[in-house]
Amino acid sequence: MSLTQIRSQFPILDTQVYGKPLVYLDNAASAQRPQAVVDCWKGLVEGSNANIHRAVHHLAAQATDAYEGARDRVKSFLNAEAREEIVFTSGATASMNLVAFSYGQVFVNQGDEIIVSVGEHHSNIVPWQMLCERKGAMLRVLETEENGLLSPAKLQGLLSERTRIVAITHISNVLGLVNPVKELVSVCHEAGVPVLVDGAQGVVHEKVDVQDLDCDFYAFSGHKIYAATGTGVLYGKRKWLDAMPPYMGGGEMIETVRFSGTTYAPLPMKFEAGTQNFNAVPTLVPALDFAQAVREEKAVADEQEAILAYVYDALMQDERITLYGTAREAKVPLFSFAVKGVHHEDLALILDKMGIAVRSGQMCAEPLMDHLGVTGLLRASFAPYNTLEEAKYFIASLNKAINMLI
Amino acid sequence: MTLEERKQEVIEEFSLYDEWLDKYEYLIELGKSLEAFPEEKKTEDRLIKGCQSRVWLDAEERDGRLFFTADSDAIITKGIISLLISVYSGRTREEIAADDFAFVAEIGLKENLSPTRANGLVSMINTIKKLAENGR
Repeated sequence: MSLTQIRSQFPILDTQVYGKPLVYLDNAASAQRPQAVVDCWKGLVEGSNANIHRAVHHLAAQATDAYEGARDRVKSFLNAEAREEIVFTSGATASMNLVAFSYGQVFVNQGDEIIVSVGEHHSNIVPWQMLCERKGAMLRVLETEENGLLSPAKLQGLLSERTRIVAITHISNVLGLVNPVKELVSVCHEAGVPVLVDGAQGVVHEKVDVQDLDCDFYAFSGHKIYAATGTGVLYGKRKWLDAMPPYMGGGEMIETVRFSGTTYAPLPMKFEAGTQNFNAVPTLVPALDFAQAVREEKAVADEQEAILAYVYDALMQDERITLYGTAREAKVPLFSFAVKGVHHEDLALILDKMGIAVRSGQMCAEPLMDHLGVTGLLRASFAPYNTLEEAKYFIASLNKAINMLI
Repeated sequence: MTLEERKQEVIEEFSLYDEWLDKYEYLIELGKSLEAFPEEKKTEDRLIKGCQSRVWLDAEERDGRLFFTADSDAIITKGIISLLISVYSGRTREEIAADDFAFVAEIGLKENLSPTRANGLVSMINTIKKLAENGR
């Protein structure tokens, strides 16, 4: 598959904005969908729309097969041990709230500690803060190294007798660095502490093998990895999921319901209360197929590496610019930076009119912004359908925008 | 110049620019030329909520007319608030309260700014209106 062939699967990339070709560099917020995903989505609505699991009729069977087929695909994509360890949610945020609530319900008590890193997305901070408030537990914060990476040694120093869980990001949506998750998990396990990994960005850029990482939970969103919006995944080791109470009560998650008491369905249904997003979840199949196919494509890997090298060097060499997340060996093509004397919002507005979609602001990571001492940053995040030519246009346009503003 | 005449003038000034980047250049110039806003006035109660950048707005009443001063840490936003206060400064409370602020749509500011940004503009307008209606 050449880059041209890949791009041709994304009709939206031919869009013109303000008379200029669209250069979409906001992939960390949401990726575009390939035609196969759009077709699958449409096919489900048009051809097999029926509520899943319970009904015995033909359409329901089709819809159920599609939905459960997606579970098998996610299982193989993450190399989970069993399909029961894959829970569908509405997104990474819902996945992390589920763990914070259900795991916290059983395993976290007054005076216990939970560790998150300073670079977490709000979705991996706020649910834990809410848990701490409910239980009278304490949130401890793991700082990053100077280069933006999380350090196993530093984490080890923060673990205590009272640590009940560690929640960290695989790749920060601001810093764009692949954290040494395997090593981080290992130091936690030595202390008998489970680890939740926020994989919202990680799953997009890295091949994830949950058995190899040995993490206890891994959460990601479908829409950032080319699937339909409103889809999400929680991987959890069976021993934890079995021990956790349901998050929400309702249809499908029960075994028997009596006013004298209700028993719950086995995994994974225990965590899938109510009507599931059955028109969208099966789009994970073509989406993950696409993600895997492009990952194995040398032309894509070469182009991504060229983009990474070009943009990294351009940003590092410009004295007006401060790039955050500089550890080159761990870097993915996701760049957040500040420009001296220039507001990120002004840059984003001008770049928009040049056809370039970037993100400005706090990127749902206010604690990290405070830690870095900035009010916000500009972020450009690339996907496998982006080209080196686009990267060059971005850098040239950025330069032009900066000159307009200073 | 009456409020209507001033609005017409702004609409004509903006119509000179076909290109968005030129409109931004113009707003940047307006932002840069805005009268300095004292640091001690950058207080929480003068901060307009709902903008991605920080915008401060203050009003003073003299001889029955409101005079606005403002600042922002983003220059295009500063240009926009500068434009707004150049239209509404020196007007009576009644004039401002009765105005529909429709001219911002006519110069294309509202639609062509991103939703967060448009919200910022709406917040700026609402704050000007509120200051006219209630005072601080």
